[in-house]
Amino acid sequence: MIERAEDRQKFRDAMAAIGIESPKSQIAHTMEEARAALAAIGLPAVIRPSFTLGGTGGGIAYNREEFERIAAGGLAASPVSEILVEESVVGWKEFEMEVVRDRADNCIIVCSIENVDPMGIHTGDSITVAPALTLTDKEYQRMRDASIACLRAIGVDTGGSNVQFAINPADGRMLIIEMNPRVSRSSALASKATGFPIAKIAAKLAVGYTLDELANDITKTTPASFEPTIDYVVVKIPRFTFEKFPGTPALLTTSMKSVGEAMAIGRSFAEALQKGLRSMETGLDGLDEVTPPGDGGLDAFRAALSTPRPDRLLMAAQALRAGIAPEEIHRATRFDPWFIAELERIVAAEREIKAAGLPEEPHAFRRLKALGFSDARLARLSGRTLAEVEALRRRLGVHPVYKRIDTCAGEFASATPYLYSTYATGYGEPHCEAEPSARRKVVILGGGPNRIGQGIEFDYCCVHAAYALREAGFETIMINCNPETVSTDFDTSDRLYFEPLTAEDVINVIRRESESGELMGCIVQYGGQTPLKLSQALARAGIPILGTSAEAIDIAEDRERFQQLLRKLSLLQPENGIARSAAEAEQVAERIGYPVVIRPSYVLGGRAMEIVHDRQALARYMREAVVVSGESPVLIDRYLADAIEVDVDCLADGRNVYVAGVMEHIEEAGIHSGDSACALPPYSLSPALVAELRAETEALARALGVVGLMNVQYAIKGEAIYVLEVNPRASRTVPFVAKATGVPLAKLGALAMAGIPFDPASLRGEAIRHVAVKEAVFPFARFPNVDVLLGPEMKSTGEVMGLDVSFERAFLKAQLAAGVNLPAEGTVFLSVKDADKEALVPLARRLAEMGFRLLATRGTAARLREAGLAVTTVNKVLEGRPHCVDAIRSGEVDLVINTVAGAQAVSDSFDIRRSALNYGVPHFTTIAGARAAVHAIAERRAGTLEVRPLQGYF
Amino acid sequence: MPYTVEDLIARLGGPDAAAERLGVSTEAIRKWRQSRAIPARHWPALIAATGIELADLPGAARPAESAPGPDQPPPGATAVLVLADGSRFWGRGFGAHTGTEPPVGEVCFTTSMTGYQETLTDPSYAGQIITFTFPHIGNVGANEEDVEAANIAARGLITAADITAPSNWRAQSHLDAWLAARGVSGIAGIDTRALTLRIRDGGPPTGVICYPADGRFDLAALEARAAAWPGLEGMDLAREVTCRQTYTWDQTLWSWPEGYGRLEHPRFHVVAIDYGAKRNILRALAAAGCRVTVVPATATAEEILAHRPDGIFLSNGPGDPAATGEYAVPVIRELLARELPLFGICLGHQLLALALGARTFKMARGHRGANQPVKDLTTGQVEITSQNHGFAVDPDTLPAEAEVTHISLFDGTNEGFALRNRPVFSVQYHPEASPGPSDSRHLFRRFVSLMER
Repeated sequence: MIERAEDRQKFRDAMAAIGIESPKSQIAHTMEEARAALAAIGLPAVIRPSFTLGGTGGGIAYNREEFERIAAGGLAASPVSEILVEESVVGWKEFEMEVVRDRADNCIIVCSIENVDPMGIHTGDSITVAPALTLTDKEYQRMRDASIACLRAIGVDTGGSNVQFAINPADGRMLIIEMNPRVSRSSALASKATGFPIAKIAAKLAVGYTLDELANDITKTTPASFEPTIDYVVVKIPRFTFEKFPGTPALLTTSMKSVGEAMAIGRSFAEALQKGLRSMETGLDGLDEVTPPGDGGLDAFRAALSTPRPDRLLMAAQALRAGIAPEEIHRATRFDPWFIAELERIVAAEREIKAAGLPEEPHAFRRLKALGFSDARLARLSGRTLAEVEALRRRLGVHPVYKRIDTCAGEFASATPYLYSTYATGYGEPHCEAEPSARRKVVILGGGPNRIGQGIEFDYCCVHAAYALREAGFETIMINCNPETVSTDFDTSDRLYFEPLTAEDVINVIRRESESGELMGCIVQYGGQTPLKLSQALARAGIPILGTSAEAIDIAEDRERFQQLLRKLSLLQPENGIARSAAEAEQVAERIGYPVVIRPSYVLGGRAMEIVHDRQALARYMREAVVVSGESPVLIDRYLADAIEVDVDCLADGRNVYVAGVMEHIEEAGIHSGDSACALPPYSLSPALVAELRAETEALARALGVVGLMNVQYAIKGEAIYVLEVNPRASRTVPFVAKATGVPLAKLGALAMAGIPFDPASLRGEAIRHVAVKEAVFPFARFPNVDVLLGPEMKSTGEVMGLDVSFERAFLKAQLAAGVNLPAEGTVFLSVKDADKEALVPLARRLAEMGFRLLATRGTAARLREAGLAVTTVNKVLEGRPHCVDAIRSGEVDLVINTVAGAQAVSDSFDIRRSALNYGVPHFTTIAGARAAVHAIAERRAGTLEVRPLQGYF
Repeated sequence: MPYTVEDLIARLGGPDAAAERLGVSTEAIRKWRQSRAIPARHWPALIAATGIELADLPGAARPAESAPGPDQPPPGATAVLVLADGSRFWGRGFGAHTGTEPPVGEVCFTTSMTGYQETLTDPSYAGQIITFTFPHIGNVGANEEDVEAANIAARGLITAADITAPSNWRAQSHLDAWLAARGVSGIAGIDTRALTLRIRDGGPPTGVICYPADGRFDLAALEARAAAWPGLEGMDLAREVTCRQTYTWDQTLWSWPEGYGRLEHPRFHVVAIDYGAKRNILRALAAAGCRVTVVPATATAEEILAHRPDGIFLSNGPGDPAATGEYAVPVIRELLARELPLFGICLGHQLLALALGARTFKMARGHRGANQPVKDLTTGQVEITSQNHGFAVDPDTLPAEAEVTHISLFDGTNEGFALRNRPVFSVQYHPEASPGPSDSRHLFRRFVSLMER
């Protein structure tokens, strides 16, 4: 069944059999056949060579000449001289249907989704809207019938599926593109968008229930066998991190590159869109201005708009501001004119504000807010301060109301407070359905969209806080805007507000909730940096922050105050300084000596963090990598070469401090902690050192008055312990520590914040007898021209954990889980920088003893031969062919160990790492990582791995 | 907010159509768009062609400010919805201006997210003002195909968001212009969800939409007008929407890319009694192989039988079944006696029940939407159906020969029954959909299979 859906040809045949059209296509083996195929299919045509990696050698041909060239290239690139010539649907409208079927063949459409970005851009990378907005009922029903017929034909007997369609906007021709016979990213979105929990229902259908036997969880009175209908508009916006992958142009294609998304809900598309844009945490307050391209003329805009980039929607609005006609924008972007017209409504309102200022009449002001304008955006447009706009809005009595997401557009009463804000329409006083309770309540702020550096680890913490506090008798109120999370399930907390995590939106919710019952306070330390950044604004608004005080947060975040604290506690810190200009940066670097680690303040995930080796590099960094100002200086630290990095997580309730986990990183300091593998307990540190780390952590927690969780990062060089940073909040490693030690850290931390202390005697997590290894997972395969080398800027998008009785076995399991299948035999390719050559010798010896054949570049080979090892020399790429990359590509290499230093060497060896990645050869770019790998290989050869449930370790 | 030049041009059907309708060159239109203004000398023609007010023109003064009526609207408001209990909702009018007798009717809501044009032309909405729970209405404009009757029977419509310019390959006109041309008024900018909850909890109120061309409002008079309306109970509205003369029908269902088809080789002949029939029912009958003769609601059994039908169809329609039943029930009883296959939908279902001696009642909460789950008790299958009814059959009063075949999974009310020993069945919901899912189209085939016997 799954094959029928996943195999393109089988799927196409199955659809043809039930009369559903797929894009036309034909296979060709020669240019004659290719021309015949083109005659049948027409231009533009997509050419896909068979069996080439990453689709190399293919492309879209818009004219005959291009077709000849691409087809010839494609035939040459394909090892079997075969290309698929396919009808191009780039620029067509794209729709998705979320379908659920039960064993009695009852089928329902949970949600329709329309992509604002047309075909050609992966739906995960598209701005999407629910429900579909530009279909007549006749077209919608045709698509609905086709979706259900598709499920039946493919044989999805129970569960949820996602079916994707392309529609030619000119004549309504509908093609089926694909179907995913499983719950998908879109089904998560559809669940949040409608309040119909697809995965939960699908699980029950899988064990034999039928839809009419299940209750609608939201209304509690109607069955699940109905189609949700919504009375609002949902907008999902993908979140990209191209800035982390220099070398990859920020272009959107059919291969997904976004790492997260935000969803927003409003009573109009405009309201939902602007809420969505400010949910992204990319610094937008709404439909903000962007720099016009080139000379800002029509041609420049046309060129910019015809390239699918992440900010294309903002660029379209900018074009409207520049007076460019909507039809031009439509032609360039293929956005449906309806969406462009909605952008125009926003831009027209902006124009009015700029011309006439903000209205002093409540209804007119409300109408602006109903277009989704945030106070910050209104301030910018009107040239007033944020405080003035807030004051005006309050004086006019314009507040949002909260409406319920109830699956039925109000037809039935909803028992579930799943809410979103709206300013409604702006002619009368809208009705609010928040109905805050009279209970004692705690507000938990979520983490916003997933991005590199801030992912589901933080959602884990928020969810556990909700569980623990609900159990302890508090009413839990969640605020978040990420549809991919558990925290935005309407049954995770008592009340859910699906809202952007901005000061304005959060304060509005809390004000409304404070109108009844007793607000204990707000948890800001569980959602990562996002809510933490709001703590000062919340404190100013008089909203109590639970746990560690805003003051303590400021001490930890403020470089100078933090230094004073460390000095008071006699703790070491790498020499450092702070600079607010390029000249200052140079002075600081001269004082502490190169190399230095440099980064902007207030960031997570090592954004724009670099190790700088000399003056020129520093100057370039200050010029290109950051925008420094008085308010956001850069931080400069001495780089501790070859130091061991350690993460410590602890829990405190104001009286007791419990050090929950000491994690030793495998990669050395300088590699971002999020990208480094780590082991709990430490595998090479002395007990005395570990005890000292614990003591320092405890001292820091006490000094800061931590209530809740805290994470400290240390670097150890020799016997000296340096404090790198302190985060008075839940860290990325909390779920790892909790799972490795069996201590529910996040829950205990949440309870501590609510004033319920923990019993330190009952926590025996440090007494574990097993080893847990965390390994990072990277998205490099999606970014074709990016180097896989690790550095101070975080690049991983996920992580896995391996658990076993020894470090080596746990590491091996972690590698396997991360998709790295360490070889038990074969050939190892070795090429390391001079500084690592000594350390490589024992590793190479060990590998040779295990029977591996050694292949090395000249310098490395020479050193290994000196040590008495048998090595085959292979050319570097620049030394002529055949070279080491040829060896990797022809499958002669089973493991790559490659370390480099210096820009030239890095660029020379780029192909080694990239081909290892492309051909699935395990590769290690640090000696520390390689060492762990070699030990793990030995372990793998020694015997088979065993499986035990997590519970079996405790 | 006033219309922009682009809005106005879109409303006129694009630059070329606008030039033609206003009697200016396309070059002039281009200049207007560039300058985002229309010279005042063109305003009279523009107002005549679009049906909008002077106040809505870019740069014009608002009459509400210059000519206050007895009741002052809040700034920006051009229309009001007044309920019989005196509550009022200000908003922006669209479609046609209301005159001296603003439309009054029962305010109901529909939760369907697509097919507003089909909904508006469904004759079953006679006497009603439709609240659309989905905020954006008008996105796909209006076309000649998506209509269920020649005229709009609904008294008006209520939306949350302003009507937007159309964006669909099938659109032929702006919904606003389409409504204006048909004399139907709407009001946008209403908190439709608040209104929906109120209808849900308090039952459907009577309301009046007032969208005066002169911007003058007399709220007390509107309230009195709403309060004086007698309500749907006891109201025979079928007589208002039924056809005046008998006609035949052979158009079949819509498909892409052909559009509607024609029945080439009819196998059976069905007489459909038109109490306010939706065209898609007739299309579905034709698609199932039936030549259809449509007769007025008041046709006698004799007149009907004179057509020598193979089957009888009782259509949907508006109003109180008990009121229409006064003349419909005797006819249906006579037809039942002939043992002909008979199929009823919605009002037809209720009238059939009345003819069999059962009772109907006004529901506290009607069913209106395209997501309604109905269980077929004979197969156990659940179908997602389109519904539009405020009255229902009391199943306890059905005679023993009737077997309940369908129930609503939302509230358990009756959605269909069949006679045990006669080829007669009916459903409360709309298997012809339009708008809504086609899950129940097979009922038309079932009807045909009864004729095959």
